[in-house]
Amino acid sequence: MLQRLRERTSATDVIMWLIGAALMTLIVWGSTATLIKGTYSARHWIDFVIFGLAQGSIYALIAMGYTMVYGVLRMINFAHSEVFMSGPYTAYYFAAYFYQSGLLESHPVISLILVFLVSMATSTLIAFLLERIAYRPLRTAPRLVPLITAIGASFFLQYMFRGFFGSGFQAYPVIKALEGQWLVGPMRILKFQALVIAAAALLMVALYQFVQRTRIGRAIRSVSEDKDASALMGIDVDRMISMTFIIGGAAAGAAGVLYAIMFKQVHFFMGFIPGIKAFTAAVLGGIGNIPGAMLGGIFLGLVESVGPSLFLDGLGIVAPYQLKDAIAFTMLVLVLIFRPTGILGERLAVKKA
Amino acid sequence: MNRRFAFLIALFLVFGFALMSTAQAAPPKDPLGVVTVKKGQPVHIAYWMVVAGADASLGTDTKRGVEIAIQDKGGKLLGFPIKLSGQDTGCNAEGGQAAATKLASDPSIVAAIGSNCSSEARPGVPILWKAGIATVSPSNTAPILTDPKRGPEYDGYLRTAHNDKVQGAVAAEFAFKKLGAKKAATIHDGSPYADGLQAVFAETFKKLGGTITAQEAVAPTDTDMRPVLTKIATGQPEFIYYPIFIAAAGHITRQAKEVAGLEKVALMSADGSFSPDFYKAAGETAIGMYHSSPDFSAFGAGYKDFLAKHQKKYGEKPIAPFHAHGYDAAMMVFAAIEKVAVKDGDNLYIGRKALRDALYATKGMKGLTGTVSCNEYGDCADPRIAVYQQTAENIKKLQNPETPFWKPY
Repeated sequence: MLQRLRERTSATDVIMWLIGAALMTLIVWGSTATLIKGTYSARHWIDFVIFGLAQGSIYALIAMGYTMVYGVLRMINFAHSEVFMSGPYTAYYFAAYFYQSGLLESHPVISLILVFLVSMATSTLIAFLLERIAYRPLRTAPRLVPLITAIGASFFLQYMFRGFFGSGFQAYPVIKALEGQWLVGPMRILKFQALVIAAAALLMVALYQFVQRTRIGRAIRSVSEDKDASALMGIDVDRMISMTFIIGGAAAGAAGVLYAIMFKQVHFFMGFIPGIKAFTAAVLGGIGNIPGAMLGGIFLGLVESVGPSLFLDGLGIVAPYQLKDAIAFTMLVLVLIFRPTGILGERLAVKKA
Repeated sequence: MNRRFAFLIALFLVFGFALMSTAQAAPPKDPLGVVTVKKGQPVHIAYWMVVAGADASLGTDTKRGVEIAIQDKGGKLLGFPIKLSGQDTGCNAEGGQAAATKLASDPSIVAAIGSNCSSEARPGVPILWKAGIATVSPSNTAPILTDPKRGPEYDGYLRTAHNDKVQGAVAAEFAFKKLGAKKAATIHDGSPYADGLQAVFAETFKKLGGTITAQEAVAPTDTDMRPVLTKIATGQPEFIYYPIFIAAAGHITRQAKEVAGLEKVALMSADGSFSPDFYKAAGETAIGMYHSSPDFSAFGAGYKDFLAKHQKKYGEKPIAPFHAHGYDAAMMVFAAIEKVAVKDGDNLYIGRKALRDALYATKGMKGLTGTVSCNEYGDCADPRIAVYQQTAENIKKLQNPETPFWKPY
């Protein structure tokens, strides 16, 4: 038994485990120290969690696009962050128009739905064209080729939007109906955060049901299992790949409007950071796995919001929020050390390793 | 006969050459090289400013100041046309480095005006100075850039903007004396500008008898400031000072009022976000907050004229605080070139080291921002900093407020 264990573990494994253990100790130590110090009351922690959930559900929606495309094509669609940017940036002009004409004030629900539709339509269109123009001709090329194309497409889209709309930023109008907060017992939730969390949850459930229950969803899943066999079973593989991009694009477009409601500013480079974070979330959850992407996104959002206060405050580190990204990526390292396939990613890794 | 004739010709030629060489003054020698501007060619001045992206208003504003200065000169210097070219710097270290590298590769550039953000100057200035290009910044305010310990690679650097040792102290005095705040928190974004400014603020505030509850930091690209603001709220400050740039400052301003415990806290930022673009980013949440900025009402007599020219040329009021500093920086460079340039026949020779020394020797120049006099580390400003308060009216019109709310003097 011991002998077999020794044969299976290499020096690298041991070092990785040691790094992991050291990081874990640091996290546990920091958290305990923070909690003993008691600077934060329960209300603060609840606030942190709600902020994290709102941010995380946006990551989760974007991560769906990464993970689904990886599922069917085994490639990282780095231009997905620009799919995310294109929707809300285009929809901004509609939102500003609704604001000026007073529609946003008098019919906030209708105008919000319209803004959502414009954003989702734009993102979907961009994602669809991206696949048609940049990826489909390279379907049989080596795996590195579409990856480089994705980076090129990402730059192209960024600077195309910069050319259209300028390099400055635009500020979304404030929606009066979403101002203010609700009090639920000891919990205090801002109205727009409630909307962001609810809308994201609804969309994720809808998407998951779509992939699990409908014929198209089943076809997409079968394509991601085995393209050749799917083709033999009469599934139009190219169409299903297009479908995947369309679904991912729609999710990104919706996430974009939620992002704009939360943060108000849109500009041509806005997709970059959320895109990287969502990609991290997808890997964290196990890339290729849809519930994994959701879980990864929310986990990342929570860690970014709670982590700096919880882990670092107790260690006496000044200005911990500067290290927000470092914490998020340390989490990624930790998860990958202990579970190289991500939190929920076992099935896929076995097949394509 | 033939021989004598040849001798005479030879004698004549020798004299002729000797005469010619005395008539033509030797081009000036300079340890860092000499820029030769041939007849008909322009005197090339370069700007390196942030003219694109979220902070574009800052660079566009200073660039306009330079352009009006050129216009006031009639577009000519010592009879040679002035050429202005430039690079965008992006308000970050990488952008500053890239812009400076591009400028340094062009030997026709006589002097540079820039940068805007102190983070750009840190890597950019040494690159320019290695190429012998002196630069005058209209808006870098970080104390480190003119610190006695800054190192010889910053020898070619001067600024017409104030040093933040002044601005940070004014903000602290305002918070403590005028608003009566006893507890304050600061947020910076890791840039030398914001970090330096908040450090001076915190030091002065403590010296006055106040308490600093937190000195937090965010990344310039961060959007979700609610967690960090919640952390700050645990210290129950009455005043939050965040001297950072437009995008992040906009997020903080919007989100501060949403955080429990910060509903009544006074907010203050600095000249880096004193711009209509910031009002766009922060919207109505900016009403009532404060900004420190150069005191326009204390500017020199020519400032009114300048504003009229600005309105005529660009159809709007200045969009950031440093247009007059840009104008003064350009005028300082022009005056120094006029002082050291040697005109010879049709050509103009400008020694690089001589130009740098002439810039440093600027004393008592009457500029728009006041009297410009440079010290041995390149601080040339006549700093008068005032505090402005944002009103509903100027936020709606997307214009900077005109009259100061409070002055320390």
